[in-house]
Amino acid sequence: MNLSFSEEDLKFQSEVRSFIKENYPSEIKEKMDNGVPVSKDDIVTWQKILSKKGWFAINWPEEHGGSGWSVTQKFIFQNELAEANTPNIVPFGVSMCGPVIYTFGTEEQKERFLPDIRDNNVWWCQGYSEPGSGSDLASLKTKAEKKGDKYIVNGTKTWTTMAQHADWIFCLVRTDSSGIKQQGISFLLIDMKSPGVEVKPIITIDGSHEVNMVYLDNVEVPAENLIGEEGAGWSIAKFLLAHERTGIGGIPHLKREIRRLRQITEELPLNEGFLKDDQLFMDKLNKVEIDLLSAEFTELRTLASISAGGHPGPESSILKIGGTDLQQSLSDLYVEALGYYAHPFMSEEDLKSNEKRIGPDFAANVMPHYLNYRKVSIYGGSNEVQRNVIAKAVLGL
Amino acid sequence: MDFLISDEQKQLQDLIHQFIQKDYPFDVREKLVKTEEGFSKDFWKTFSQFGLLAMPFSEEDGGFNGGPVDIMIILEAFGTGLIVEPYIPNIVLSGNLVSKLGSKDQKDAILPNLLNGDMQLAFAFSEPQSRFDLNDVTTAAEKDGDGYKLNGYKCVVMNGPAADKLIVSARTAGSQLNENGISLFIVDRETKGVSLRDYSNVDGSKASELTLEDVVLTKDALLGKQDKAFSTIEEVVNLATLAISAEAIGIMQKMNELTLEYTKTREQFGQALSQFQALQHRMVDTFMVHEQTKSLLLMAAAKMNDKSEDAVKSISALKYQVGNAAKLIGEEAIQLHGGMGVTEEMSIGHYFKRLTTIRTIFGNADYHLKKYSSL
Repeated sequence: MNLSFSEEDLKFQSEVRSFIKENYPSEIKEKMDNGVPVSKDDIVTWQKILSKKGWFAINWPEEHGGSGWSVTQKFIFQNELAEANTPNIVPFGVSMCGPVIYTFGTEEQKERFLPDIRDNNVWWCQGYSEPGSGSDLASLKTKAEKKGDKYIVNGTKTWTTMAQHADWIFCLVRTDSSGIKQQGISFLLIDMKSPGVEVKPIITIDGSHEVNMVYLDNVEVPAENLIGEEGAGWSIAKFLLAHERTGIGGIPHLKREIRRLRQITEELPLNEGFLKDDQLFMDKLNKVEIDLLSAEFTELRTLASISAGGHPGPESSILKIGGTDLQQSLSDLYVEALGYYAHPFMSEEDLKSNEKRIGPDFAANVMPHYLNYRKVSIYGGSNEVQRNVIAKAVLGL
Repeated sequence: MDFLISDEQKQLQDLIHQFIQKDYPFDVREKLVKTEEGFSKDFWKTFSQFGLLAMPFSEEDGGFNGGPVDIMIILEAFGTGLIVEPYIPNIVLSGNLVSKLGSKDQKDAILPNLLNGDMQLAFAFSEPQSRFDLNDVTTAAEKDGDGYKLNGYKCVVMNGPAADKLIVSARTAGSQLNENGISLFIVDRETKGVSLRDYSNVDGSKASELTLEDVVLTKDALLGKQDKAFSTIEEVVNLATLAISAEAIGIMQKMNELTLEYTKTREQFGQALSQFQALQHRMVDTFMVHEQTKSLLLMAAAKMNDKSEDAVKSISALKYQVGNAAKLIGEEAIQLHGGMGVTEEMSIGHYFKRLTTIRTIFGNADYHLKKYSSL
């Protein structure tokens, strides 16, 4: 066992660091550092920079443009991205749809879809949940009827993150209602420009528009957009959820956030000193940091086992629960740090304007973040469902 | 010993609940918070007619001699309806300060207007560095001829945007943290040198940042004795802490009810969510926490009512428990609502936002744990 970086790893780290330093556009960095919402263009611009360097679809097989990096290198890379406060990689194409296509798709589908995901020419979103099917995803009702060489799709998808930006949506649809509910689900790719696709915003309690309803009304989809066999959708969905669950722990980002909060405690005035003089607060900060170390090294163990030939399985549920608990605890600590200054509400327009912020510069996003982050224990399979997965698949109950 | 409220108090409670049911459904509240003013002046008048605005004041001040238990009843009921009208800033804080410290002229100029709903007040006590410490005051009031000159900054002043007059704590002697040397001033919104930056809070209430720049006041602006305001400020903020705790407990009750109702109707895996034992236990926990916190509320209200020696300590015990209970009940209610819980569309998220800001207002759980330990 050796948990330190080799000299080669350190060299790699400095290569990544200097690449980011030289190529991360300053106008995007400025927005990120000041808590101004980044636009679709900003995200695409940054992701294309990574694509061009061949550092975007890092987990993909090398034949499709993957990095071929070791687990340690991937870990270093993610840490450097987070450390530099770059926009989060939008996972729907590269981490979700991509792996499904290279694992289950035909050669033709791989050629057709993978390059555009890798090069960031196409924005994907995920059509999973439905109004009546949240935790019980398999009960989904969106119907795809085969008519000749087309499917006619009818139904409603919900909580579709960034559907307002998307060119394509990958959907779980029901192609057969005769057997048990897990059977008869298929995985279908739908062009968002197809007639009958309508996107309506859902505004969340932090005041933001991130998720949407997607209505599918007699949408015609070519049969060649089916991934895998008809009825194979559920096993694809399980494969994909395992991928999703490892991704949303967000550990590298949390490491940066906790360091920033520690910095804040040294700067935020409290009486004649600073917040760091408040021992109860510092104890809580330190507890979160210890939990974060546990989560980080659990993630590393998982990554190591994946690189030794496994693929993410039920253990990814541990990471999802642990990582999301941490995201929520840390977002709450930020709220506590601010005291009354957590309360003023600033709209996206306020954030973009040049007017002086109310309270400390970092304050504006703190409460929205706390409120918005209630979602992380709900999405990607709620943490209750994750516990069921661990109970069944790991403990054998 | 009994925990019963009087018939009159019961009537008061019923009156507010009926008002909420009839006139204050969630969609009405949502429209109100989106207006410029952020609340309804008409409803404020209604509260005056109900006698709510006069409740805590003595008869000679035009009030009903209500005590902490009455305030508790009003605010707990307000919590269940998520009432946004600024009762605590106007009545519990500012009105009480005027009533306890005001000269006859000051009372005459303010209390009748406040009680009939025509005047709005705000109490500016917090500063960026003071956090929850009422004794931490850097805003300075220098002697200026016969009067005073104020300079300083107050943050997140509740009800600042609507306030016709502000009551401002300022230092007339001593160093930053001295309890002695703090004075109160009544400042007209329009006074030269007063600037307010108004905004909405996440919970739908309104607040302001207040800058005081060479604000010249006559000696009549001083409220109470120079240098000696601290103990009254503390007394009034303690009552406001009881009030906001009562509001929180009304909110928690409502959130538990809404959650129970939702889990009974929402089906997943072929059964109502409420049938899952893992979720049942969590709803039992939030139910118990609400009941236990409510017990502390009643205890603290009774001790305040009796002016008991440990009344202040019991307020800190209460607010500490409210802080913890609010986090648990608020977060669990959202989680059990699933994705719907984080939408603007459902009321549950709005209850959650108010409950979350209450965790902080007048001191969070850590602050009151420390205070409890020190008493």
